[in-house]
Amino acid sequence: MNAMTEPKTDYDLATIRRDFPILTRQVHGKPLVYLDNAATTQRPNQVIEAEAAYYREWNANIHRGVHLLSQKSTDQFEAVRVEAAKFLNAFSENEVIFTRGTTDGINLVASSWGRANVKAGDEILVSALEHHSNIVPWQMLCEEKGAKLVVLPMNDAGELLMEELPKLLNSKTRLVAVNQVSNALGTINPVIEIARQAHAVGAKVLVDGAQSVSHMAVDVRALGADFFVLSAHKLYGPTGVGVLWGREDLLNAMPPYQGGGDMILNVTFEETEYKKAPGRFEAGTPNVAGVVAFGAALDYVASVGLSAIAAHEADLLAYGTKVLSAIPAVRLVGTAKHKAAVLSFVIEGAHPHDIGTILDKQGVAIRAGHHCAQPIMDRLGIPATARASLAMYNTHEELDKLGEAVRKVVEIFG
Amino acid sequence: MSDFDDLYSEQIIEHSKKPRNFGELPNANHHANGFNPLCGDKLVVGLVMDGAGVIQDVKFQGQGCAISKASASLMTGAVKGKTAAEAEHLFERFHDLVMGKLPEGEDLTDLGKLAVLAGVREYPARVKCASLAWHTLKAALESSTDGAVISTE
Repeated sequence: MNAMTEPKTDYDLATIRRDFPILTRQVHGKPLVYLDNAATTQRPNQVIEAEAAYYREWNANIHRGVHLLSQKSTDQFEAVRVEAAKFLNAFSENEVIFTRGTTDGINLVASSWGRANVKAGDEILVSALEHHSNIVPWQMLCEEKGAKLVVLPMNDAGELLMEELPKLLNSKTRLVAVNQVSNALGTINPVIEIARQAHAVGAKVLVDGAQSVSHMAVDVRALGADFFVLSAHKLYGPTGVGVLWGREDLLNAMPPYQGGGDMILNVTFEETEYKKAPGRFEAGTPNVAGVVAFGAALDYVASVGLSAIAAHEADLLAYGTKVLSAIPAVRLVGTAKHKAAVLSFVIEGAHPHDIGTILDKQGVAIRAGHHCAQPIMDRLGIPATARASLAMYNTHEELDKLGEAVRKVVEIFG
Repeated sequence: MSDFDDLYSEQIIEHSKKPRNFGELPNANHHANGFNPLCGDKLVVGLVMDGAGVIQDVKFQGQGCAISKASASLMTGAVKGKTAAEAEHLFERFHDLVMGKLPEGEDLTDLGKLAVLAGVREYPARVKCASLAWHTLKAALESSTDGAVISTE
């Protein structure tokens, strides 16, 4: 990294990069330029060490042992619940349910809240910008119940058509499910306004925060959401861990998702009495080490500061946009006014998969494909895009390498 | 561009830009749709089979990456005039080639121009791109005239 050409950040970029061991490795004999952060971010040593230290020193099952390790494990696990509640500005840690990830959280709400509250003739509204994980569970629910899936459309820039929203909301709308940031295009959606209008017709609101939590401070109270879901692995934490936040009264009125150990108060063969949230929704032994490591990730993000991260990423987005826009054959896809650090693009005459392979050979890791958002691609009339997605540790030098690698694609296919 | 000659050779780029036998085959009596859900690539293969089971004509249509288009283009040239059994045997040989299953020094004469796709074996993520057209051809050969849908997943 050349310090002369890098922007001034509120944190020391070189120090941050040293925390992420994978960033020093090579791929195909070239230094890794990791620009696939919307798929998953990398983990700092602090997170890797927290998981290893848990297994080395504390490993035991939680909520069920009288011995020291079990108690300490339980304490660490529950401390992360409190930390996650603070991270989201939840009203209480009882509103924080640990899941396997965003997809699991959405499926939990669809199965539990959805089956209990959605009936034939009802409507569920999703946006045109959703990831398959915020479409398919609702489609399955609608099919089961005879309900209707309604879609809020978008424009060519990848912005939701907010003027259409009032026409689509009505007394039959049970739920509005929308992402805060689009994984495919980076659009930041006006979630507060969507929630306000949804609530006015009596609908509940689920916000998919998979792509937002690493880029901006999230306050579930200010958003006005009823449910909020996230994945730890897109927030510098481990895979297999996520959070479902829900309003406590809603959660306690919902039937359990899965039955099993640790979610019950009393079991007989005639009847079972369930715990309140969050225990009700955490059947079985959870990913204790993963949750502990997620706590380390939250600590890490807090120590760097989300506002500093957001400022750095805004600079990276502007620089990356300039780098790619300077290449005539490149067209950026997704040009919303409010955007997170995602650069989706196509190249005249080159398919995104070929772009991905050629970039990979030069050490540049990006995503190529439909990004689990086929309806967006259909809407824009393209089969796929190449996507560079940025994180707190990326640099101008890396974006320059992206530019060079893209020029190589143009050279081969030009 | 020496780094990329193994995969993106001149022939492959040329076939991807000007694919042979590209278009609709109105008198096709067998056809199938191929789909790669991973990347969204879609193609249609149409065949005219005669009474003796020989592929008299073959065409493909669709969208895809350079590897899938070049492979489809080369495939159409390779199977025209062959029987269904010969075409399926060629697919097995081609599949072994791109999977890297052929031993070093193997005689590739029977594969003809298809050998230019040998570089795919170094790119496991791209094997599906190279084999989509062939899977679709196989489905078309096995289909009734109503057509079939085949997916790489």
